[in-house]
Amino acid sequence: MDGFWLAALKVLIAFALLFNIVLVLVWVERRLVARMQNRIGPNRAGPAGMLQTLADGLKLMFKESIDPRRAQLGIYLAAPVLALIPALLIFLIIPIGAPITIGDTTYDLQVTDLNIAVLYFLAMSSIAVYAIVLAGWSSGSKYPLLGSVRAAAQMISYEAALGLALVPVILYNRTTSLAEIVAAQGGTFFGIFPAWNIVLIPSFIVFLIAGFAETNRAPFDLVEAEQELVGGYHTEYSGFRFALFFLAEYINLFNISALTVVFFLGGWHGPVFGPTFLQYLLPIFWFLLKTAAVIFVFIWARASLPRMRYDQLMEFGWKRLIPLSLVWIMVVMVAVGLRRFGLPWS
Amino acid sequence: MTDRDIAMRHRSEVAVSVELETPGMTLNIGPQHPSTHGVLRLIANVDGERIISVQPVIGYMHRGYEKLSEVRTYVQITTLVNRIDWVAGFASEVPYIVAVERLMGVEPPERAQWIRLILSELARIASHLVFMSSYPLELGAITPLFHALRDRERVLELIEGVTGGRFHPNFNRVGGVKPAAGAGKQQRGVSQDIPAGWFAQTQSTMERIFGMCDDLDTLVVGNELFKARTVGVGIIPADRAIEYGLSGPNLRASGVPYDLRKVEPHLPYPEVEFNVISAESGDCHDRYVVRLNEIREAAKIVLQAVDKIPSGPLVAKVPRLIKVPKGQTYVRGENPKGEFGYYIISEGGQKPYRMKIRSTSFSNLSILPWILEGQLIPDLVAVMGSLDFVLGDVDR
Repeated sequence: MDGFWLAALKVLIAFALLFNIVLVLVWVERRLVARMQNRIGPNRAGPAGMLQTLADGLKLMFKESIDPRRAQLGIYLAAPVLALIPALLIFLIIPIGAPITIGDTTYDLQVTDLNIAVLYFLAMSSIAVYAIVLAGWSSGSKYPLLGSVRAAAQMISYEAALGLALVPVILYNRTTSLAEIVAAQGGTFFGIFPAWNIVLIPSFIVFLIAGFAETNRAPFDLVEAEQELVGGYHTEYSGFRFALFFLAEYINLFNISALTVVFFLGGWHGPVFGPTFLQYLLPIFWFLLKTAAVIFVFIWARASLPRMRYDQLMEFGWKRLIPLSLVWIMVVMVAVGLRRFGLPWS
Repeated sequence: MTDRDIAMRHRSEVAVSVELETPGMTLNIGPQHPSTHGVLRLIANVDGERIISVQPVIGYMHRGYEKLSEVRTYVQITTLVNRIDWVAGFASEVPYIVAVERLMGVEPPERAQWIRLILSELARIASHLVFMSSYPLELGAITPLFHALRDRERVLELIEGVTGGRFHPNFNRVGGVKPAAGAGKQQRGVSQDIPAGWFAQTQSTMERIFGMCDDLDTLVVGNELFKARTVGVGIIPADRAIEYGLSGPNLRASGVPYDLRKVEPHLPYPEVEFNVISAESGDCHDRYVVRLNEIREAAKIVLQAVDKIPSGPLVAKVPRLIKVPKGQTYVRGENPKGEFGYYIISEGGQKPYRMKIRSTSFSNLSILPWILEGQLIPDLVAVMGSLDFVLGDVDR
């Protein structure tokens, strides 16, 4: 197949897949949190309430989108789109399964295998923060403004930690391409333990914590802290514009979970057996299973933790996570150097 | 130096000493806001997220109960008073009815007093469980709400079992408690007040409440993030607390072990054993822990009272038409939120001349401007929530 059409097809499939994942994800979260809270959760629309998200989304589409009189309308309208686009773009680089060989050609199960994927991810997630900052600022309202100030503070505290957490991965796997990072995690230690990057435990923890901040989820959901800032940056948004923010938030949740799996939990690696088609399907299954496990951690934390204060959040980022990451980077550097070049005196 | 030079010099000095000030932003919090517990409005002058000053605006829920009381008979007023602090309806009925009884010189029968005691303590548990659940919610933890409210419902079922109402029992009568329905004159001698199996149900529910307290201990009090948000936040020193007229758990958390159940009990509290819970530092965390332990104490009191309750009549002999002789009295009781009192002036007749309600939340709220000065907006929510006020109680 022609390169362009192949890419177009992949993009189409990826988006279809992504939106379906989000539909299920919102439902899963609501059901799970409900279980943890001694409730039932949505169970009316469709089988076990699975179509609830679709119904909510449709409802939002038919709602009036209000333009606040004091809003900077251009930016106000652009912000939700700006939130959604980076979220979608990040998904394009995630390998969701092993490459499939049909005939002579091999197809990667990711839209594009960038050789600078890690940097691309960091860049895109930085852009996503602009959406929140601009949304809050352009609403012309005070609570959203405070929310956007918080978003900015949160970004400078956590984006750094997020990036630093990935440096050991790059050093260890000696690549910045996600497909190669996953491929590098294919072997085993001592023939038993899978050789996942989770051996870089401090990085894993820092990445996960920064991931909470990155997705603006509890306990770091300060930018939309309902009890303090009413709705935070999206207080003034209504109708489909709000739905876009909502969509972006859940796509981000999936992205961060999937990237956690890619960077630290061995990507799509897992026991593969059986006939050819199963060998192609099982990696996808393993990948989704691991991602679901990480998502469960996110939901679990949301159900059980109170929110941090934003000065505590910044303190935690700058005084704990970043120093920890820096020290850990040095340790990994020495270890990788020793493994590659041997002891300096030998 | 000429005069002009001197003047110039002065001016330059003045110019140097003036610091650049950024005007604060006025943030109008409420009356519709997720964490103001109803219709409280705070006009906050903020610098970024730092609060420079706060001015509470109250009165959105003013229902004029003090004025309404002047045109209602004493019997009718019981319906009003349990709507003042609706999360502990029964507890605010008791001081009122005791005040009327004192003015009339009526002594309610023993059993009626014990029933009042049990229901007051159940109301205390119900009220504190609302706080236990809503306070973590204000800090962003959503789960304790559902768990605590689930068990609160069991307590409300107990109250409903006796009184017929979950929130507004309206169960007190001048001279005792409401006798069983359709009882008439006969019933005054017999106790058909408590439904069958109610005591056993109470005991099992109290066990459940103890379990809930242990759950909250691990889920909320022991949570590191909860500690980070509450320890050292919103400290009220003991002297400040007394100056502002704080009472109840808010006062005890500041290290003043003052409890009207011990100081001037009008129910048989001296006959049950319980501790007055107090804490040292007076921060938000202490206010939470004090209330949590008070639930345990209240449950202990209920268990003791269930064992000790005597049988006997429910209502003392009172005239069919309640008329209160001339006089005045002030009766206060330990409401779950603190000191709750009624000052009744009677000119004789069926209606009070004037009734002043000393409502707890109003005094507890009064410390807000002082305590919120210099706090952050997230702490505003934490501090405000920790004072545990009900807007109906503030505005009356």
